[in-house]
Amino acid sequence: MLSASDIATLWLTFKVAGYATLLMMLLGTPLAWWLARTASRWKGVCNALVALPLVLPPTVLGFYLLVMMGPNGAIGRLTTELGLGTLPFTFPGLVVASVLYSLPFVVQPLQTAFATIGEHPLEAAATLRAGPLDTFFSVVVPLAKPGFMTAAILGFAHTVGEFGVVLMVGGNIPDKTRVVSVQIYNHVEALEYSEAHWLAGCLLLFSFSVLLVLYTALKTQPVAHPLK
Amino acid sequence: MTTILARFQLDYGDFKLDVDLTLPGTGITVLFGHSGSGKTTLLRCIAGLQRAPLGKLEINGHVWQDSERNLFLPTYKRPLGYVFQEANLFPHLTVRDNLHYGLKRIKQNSGTVKLEQAVELLGIGHLMERMPGHLSGGERQRVAIARALALNPEVLLMDEPLASLDFKRKQEILPFLSRLHQQLDIPVLYVTHSQQEVAQLADTLVILEDGRALASGPLPETQSRLDVPLAQDREAATVWQATVAEHEADYHLTRVAFAGGSLSLPAVDAEIGTPLRVQIYARDVSIALEAPTATSILNVLPATITGIADGRDGQTVVQMRIGNQALLAHITRKSALMLGLQIGMAVYVQIKGTSILN
Repeated sequence: MLSASDIATLWLTFKVAGYATLLMMLLGTPLAWWLARTASRWKGVCNALVALPLVLPPTVLGFYLLVMMGPNGAIGRLTTELGLGTLPFTFPGLVVASVLYSLPFVVQPLQTAFATIGEHPLEAAATLRAGPLDTFFSVVVPLAKPGFMTAAILGFAHTVGEFGVVLMVGGNIPDKTRVVSVQIYNHVEALEYSEAHWLAGCLLLFSFSVLLVLYTALKTQPVAHPLK
Repeated sequence: MTTILARFQLDYGDFKLDVDLTLPGTGITVLFGHSGSGKTTLLRCIAGLQRAPLGKLEINGHVWQDSERNLFLPTYKRPLGYVFQEANLFPHLTVRDNLHYGLKRIKQNSGTVKLEQAVELLGIGHLMERMPGHLSGGERQRVAIARALALNPEVLLMDEPLASLDFKRKQEILPFLSRLHQQLDIPVLYVTHSQQEVAQLADTLVILEDGRALASGPLPETQSRLDVPLAQDREAATVWQATVAEHEADYHLTRVAFAGGSLSLPAVDAEIGTPLRVQIYARDVSIALEAPTATSILNVLPATITGIADGRDGQTVVQMRIGNQALLAHITRKSALMLGLQIGMAVYVQIKGTSILN
């Protein structure tokens, strides 16, 4: 059965994933919109930067984040100046790291959805007196709805499943930064296989359900990862 | 008198647009040309969907673009209606919501009246709750036209609205466009490469080629211009505006009056006074030096030759004037020589056939 600390880690995991997803949607939507429409020469660079976490070992990303968010890093100095302290080994730090780590899973489905809409509906809206922001909410958002759903679900699920970045940036502090994947690792290290089974089973069931929703209800095309 | 002043210059390397047009603020102005002639680009520049780096656009005294003052009104601030080649309805909205989309965004109250009028005119009342995906191509295009008209625009821009439809659907929509022409006073700029649509709809014709306007003016004058390839075409014709003057029931004929005379046509089922468009193909017009006394052809009219040019395949193109109307004739070069035709000569034309366009 799940112990109280197991349930606490589950709760913390979903909280991190929830906040991270919210931030990723807010950040990823304008970013994906820009990437889908720009002809800027920076487009390639931005695409590559966003996609980086897909190919980078999570520990490498985690390491750089740890250094940058630490007391001597650029981000760390900024957050200290702002009176926020440093981010590593805190809940906000975990959320920030998760955002960077899972961003491609949000940006890429949105970018594809926006690109698929094309110019025509936007031009029609413009000839019907809708300004750019009005057009975005009255035409783009409804037409890209499956893209938004896919982005949110993939972003959330991927954050739930992270391990390397979390361990580097968050550490292993109960109730503060200890998420499910780390807790499973702890159980296995302590040879508590039955506890590990319960938690691992939970994650397996969760992940499968999410993908089932994506591929049946939302009819998303099965892809190995959103880069393709 | 409202007018449209449009001057644009843009250069995409392999395509250049360079036009300076003054167009009437009433009736249908057709922008005619082959693909790549720049007619759609010109329309998009007028709509603001494309921005010509050098341009000045004035509609009814309102400046929509003036590159010298760095003024460019974005499309959504221009009081226009636009009908795309593909109907371009919003797929996530019902026909009703598509029709109301623009209406919700303008402040004037006259909109609903215009919408009802447009729905009635285009016969789409029974489609209101349908989704665009469940409409035929012709129905979609009718909804798109109504959606643009509902805004009571100052100018209606139509980009080959019939090009994506098959022959049958075209015939279904053309009458609606003719009705629109008769019942609404909005100036229309209509892009097409179809001579049939030119003949049926145009009041003013602008002929575009390689991004330049070759000719621009009232339809029959522009159609009969000898310096424009259209006059050489096998299908070359002039369209006259006429009105039904008299029915000769015994002979199954109708007389129609035009500025400068009258024509006998096969009986037309229309009331006296009804306006008609009569198309006369250049190949159906023959020329005589004296009034033919014994001929089976009913329509013999005095004319003055205003221009002569070589046509293709041994033909000569003769441009004439009957009253105020321009007329083209295609005759053989041999006939032209034998008759000794010259500019300024008074002749008689015999019109072998006519067709009524609406």
